[in-house]
Amino acid sequence: MNTDIALWMVQDGVVTGAIYGLMALALVLVFAVTRVIFVPQGEFVSMAGLTLGTLQLGQTPGTVYLLVGGGLLVAAVEMVQAARLGLLRQRLPRLILAWIILPVAMAMLVVWLAPHKLGSWVEMALTLGLIVPVGPMLYRIAYRPLANASVLVLFIVSMAVHYALTGIELAMFGGEGLRTNAISDWVLGSGSMKIGAQSIWVVSASVACMVVLWFFFERSLYGKALRATAINRVGARLVGISTDLAGRTAFLLAAAIGALSGLLMSPITTVYFDSGLMIGLKGFVGAILGGMVSYPLAVLGAVGVGLLESFSSFWASAYKETIVFTLLIPVLLWRSLTARHLVAEDEEE
Amino acid sequence: MNRSTMVLGGAAALIAAAPFLIPDFYVNLLNYVGMATLVALGLVLLTGVAGVVSFGQQAFVGMAAYTTAVLTTSTQLSPWLGLLASLALVATAAVLLGVVTLRLSGHYLSIGTIAWGIAIYYLFGTLPGLGQYYGIDNIPPIRIGDFSFDTPLTLYLLIWSATLAALAAARNLLDSRPGRAIRALRFRSAMAESFGIDAGALKLVVFLYAALLAGVAGWLHAHFLRFVSPHAFGINAGIDYLFMAVIGGAAQVWGAVVGASIVTLLREWLKDWLPKLFEHTGNYETIVFGVLMTLLLFRTRDGLTPYLTRWFPPTPQPVPPLATPVLPRRERPPVGTVLLEAQGLHKAFGGLVAVKDMGLQLRAGEILGLIGPNGAGKTTMFNLISGTLASDSGLVRLRGERIDGQGARAIARLGLVRSFQHVHLVSQMSVLDNVALGAHLRGRHGTLAAMLRADRRDEAQLMAEAARQIERVGLGDSMHKASGSLALGQQRIVEIARALAADPLVLLLDEPAAGLRWNEKQALAELLSNLRAEGLAVLIVEHDMEFVMGLVDRLVVMDFGEKLAEGLPLEMQAHPAVIEAYLGGVA
Repeated sequence: MNTDIALWMVQDGVVTGAIYGLMALALVLVFAVTRVIFVPQGEFVSMAGLTLGTLQLGQTPGTVYLLVGGGLLVAAVEMVQAARLGLLRQRLPRLILAWIILPVAMAMLVVWLAPHKLGSWVEMALTLGLIVPVGPMLYRIAYRPLANASVLVLFIVSMAVHYALTGIELAMFGGEGLRTNAISDWVLGSGSMKIGAQSIWVVSASVACMVVLWFFFERSLYGKALRATAINRVGARLVGISTDLAGRTAFLLAAAIGALSGLLMSPITTVYFDSGLMIGLKGFVGAILGGMVSYPLAVLGAVGVGLLESFSSFWASAYKETIVFTLLIPVLLWRSLTARHLVAEDEEE
Repeated sequence: MNRSTMVLGGAAALIAAAPFLIPDFYVNLLNYVGMATLVALGLVLLTGVAGVVSFGQQAFVGMAAYTTAVLTTSTQLSPWLGLLASLALVATAAVLLGVVTLRLSGHYLSIGTIAWGIAIYYLFGTLPGLGQYYGIDNIPPIRIGDFSFDTPLTLYLLIWSATLAALAAARNLLDSRPGRAIRALRFRSAMAESFGIDAGALKLVVFLYAALLAGVAGWLHAHFLRFVSPHAFGINAGIDYLFMAVIGGAAQVWGAVVGASIVTLLREWLKDWLPKLFEHTGNYETIVFGVLMTLLLFRTRDGLTPYLTRWFPPTPQPVPPLATPVLPRRERPPVGTVLLEAQGLHKAFGGLVAVKDMGLQLRAGEILGLIGPNGAGKTTMFNLISGTLASDSGLVRLRGERIDGQGARAIARLGLVRSFQHVHLVSQMSVLDNVALGAHLRGRHGTLAAMLRADRRDEAQLMAEAARQIERVGLGDSMHKASGSLALGQQRIVEIARALAADPLVLLLDEPAAGLRWNEKQALAELLSNLRAEGLAVLIVEHDMEFVMGLVDRLVVMDFGEKLAEGLPLEMQAHPAVIEAYLGGVA
C-alpha cells in the first residue's frame, strides 16, 4: 500500500466514521435520557436518504404517509388519554393542531412542491420537515407507555420498532436503492490529496453537532434538566422536570441527527430500505467504545470504526463486516475487566 | 400421577398422533415449529428465567448447521459425528462469548450477541469453504443403521423427540436446586450471592444450555432441509427467536412451544396474503410482528402462556415428608466461643464517614443488639460484616478466619448468613422454594443431574429441611403460597426461615421485627431465644426498643458512625451518653 492509497483510505474512514459518530451521539443521547437502546436510530438515516432521493426524482416520497399516519395515531392515543383524565375539551385544540393539522400541512407542502424539483437545499429542508417529527411520534407511540420498564424490555421494544420500521420503509420505497446528488461537486486540493466537498460537509456537520450538543447539555437550563432526568427520573419529576418532555426532546434530537446524517451520507453511498440497521449498529460499536456515556469518546470510537472499516475493506474486503463486529468482543472484554459494577442490577418485579 | 404430568402426557400423545392425521405440508410446518421450539426454549430459560437477553441464538444454529454440513458432505462423516462436532464447537463459542459478556450488565450482553450474530452471518457468506452465499447442498439424511430419516413423518418423530426431551429436561431443571437458583437470578442476584449461589457461573450454564439447544436445532435443520445457506441465520432470525420466547412467555417451558407455534404459523399465513396488499414483494410480516410485539409488551411481560394455562389450575406442590433423613449440620462450637470479631472497621462514602473505628465481638449462644439513632451507621456496619460492602480499613474474623475482603459467597460458606432490611424474596416463587434457596450450599447436585432427575433424594432432603424451617417459624400454612402474596411482616419471617435453612453459625438480622404485630413479635422473640439456646450467635439491628431490651444479652450503641457505649441492656438504658443520643441533650 502506498501513501496515496493510505491517505485516501484515511479520508474515507474519517468521513464514514463521522457518520457513525453522529449515530453514536444520538444513541448516547437517547440512552442517557430515556434508557432506551435505540436500535432503529439508523432507520432515520435510510428514510432521509431515500426521501431525498425520491424528491430529487421529482416524485412524492412515501414518508408523507408515515408522517400523517403517525400523527393521526398519536392524536388518537392522546385523545383517549385526555378523555380518561376528563381533559379532552382543554387539550383537543392543541392536539388537533400539533398532530393532525401540522403533519397534514407538511405533507401537502411536499406533495405540492415535489414535482417542481426546487434544488438540493429546498429538498433537504423538506426531508427534514418530513422525518424529524417522526422521532417524537415514535417515542409517544412505542416507548412512552413503557417509560418505567427495564432496559431489557425497552431493548426488545427497540427491536420490534426496528422490525416494523424496516417493513414500512420497504412498503414506502421498495427494494431498490437510491443515491442522491452531492450538494456541490467542487474539490479541494489536487493530485492524491483531493478532498471532496461532501467529505468536508460530513465532517464539519459532525463537529458542529457535537459542539451544539455540548452547549445544550452544559450551558442551557433545559439541557441540564434533561441530564437530571437521565440520572434520576423520580428526582427530576419531584423538582418539576417533565420526563415525558425530556423523552420527546431526546427523540426529536435523535431524529434530527439521524435525518441530517441521511442527507449527508446519501450522496456518498447508495441507501436501501434496510441500510439503517448496519449504520446504526456501527454507531453503537463506536458508542460502546466510548462507554455509552461520553459524547467525545463515543465520536472518537465511531471514527475508529470508520477507519477500521476503510482499512479492512482494502486488505480483506469480503470480511469487512465480520472484522468490524468482531471488534466489539475484545472491547466488551476490556470493559468487563475494567468495569466497576459487575453485578447487573436486578430487574424490578 | 399429578395433573401437570397428565397434561404433559396428553400433549405428548397429541403430538405423537398429529403427523398421522394431517397432510405432509403441515407435518413439515410442525417440523419447523419443533426446531424453533428448541431455540426458543433456550431463550425462555435465558431471558424469562435468568434475565439475560440474547439476539444471537441464530448464530449458534448456523454454526452447528454449517459444521455438520461441511463434515458430512466433504468427508462423508456420519451425521451423528457431525452432531458431536457441532455441539463441541457451539459449546466452545458459547463459553468464550459468555465469559466475555456475562459479567457486564444485561444490555452489553445483548448488544454483544447482536454484533456476534452479524459477524458470524457475514462469515458464513464469505468463507469459500462454506459455499459463500450459495451455501452447501446434498447434505445426507440422518441414519440409524439402514433406516434413514428422510420423510416429513420420520423427521417429525426425530425432531419432536428431541424437542420433548429438551422440554422435559428444562422442566426438571427448573424444579430443582440449581433451577431455584436460576429463577432467583433475574430479580435477586445479590440475595442469591449471599446464599453462596454463583450467579455468574449459573448464567453461563444457562447460556451454554441455550446455545446447545440452538446447536441441536441447527443440526436438525441441516439434515432436514439437506441444504444450508446463510439467509436462514441472519439477524432477523435472531430477533424472531427472541420474539417467540417473549410471545410464548417467560415463566414456563411451555412458553417456548406456544411462542414458536404462533410465530411460525402466523408468518406462514402472513406470507400468503400480505404481498397482495403491497406493490413490491418483501418481508412485510415484520411490520405485523413489530407492532404485535410492542402491543404485547404494553399489556404484559409474561407472554401469552399464562392466558392459556389459566384453564389448567396448578397442581399443588406435595408437602415434603418431614421424616426424610435430615441433612448433615455444621459442628457447633461450644457456647461462649467468640465466633465473630470486628476490629477497627472504617468506611467513608466520599467525605461522609459512615463508620469510624468500629469493633464488636459476638459469641456462640448470644444475641447482640446493634442500636443507634437513624443514620448512625448500623446498616453500613452490617454490610461491612456480611461482605456486601468492602471496608476502607479494619478486619472481620469469623471463627478466627479473616473474612473481610472475601466475597459474600465465601462468607456464606463459612456459616454467616444475613437477612435484608428490604425484603429480598423471589415473589413469584412459593415460600417453600424461597426457603429452600437458603439451603443451596447444603445440596450437591448440579444442572445435569437435575435435568436427568438424578437428584431426587438430595432434593427431598432439601425440601424437607425447608419445610421444617417454615414450620418452625410458624408459617406452615403458607408454605405453598407465592411469597409475594404474604404480608410484609410475614415476608420478613420467611427471610429468617431461609437464613435458618442455610444452617448458619452466625445470623445477622436487619430489622426483623419491622412490620410485625405484637403477637408476631412475641413469637419472633421466642424463636430467637430458642436459637440462642441452640448455640447460634445472632446480631440484630432493630429500632423497636421494647423488643430489643427484652431479648438481647448485650447491646452496642452507635452514633455518628462511632461506638457510643457497650454493655447490658439495663446499663445502656441508664447510660447518660445513650440517653443524650436518643433524646437529644437533656441536661
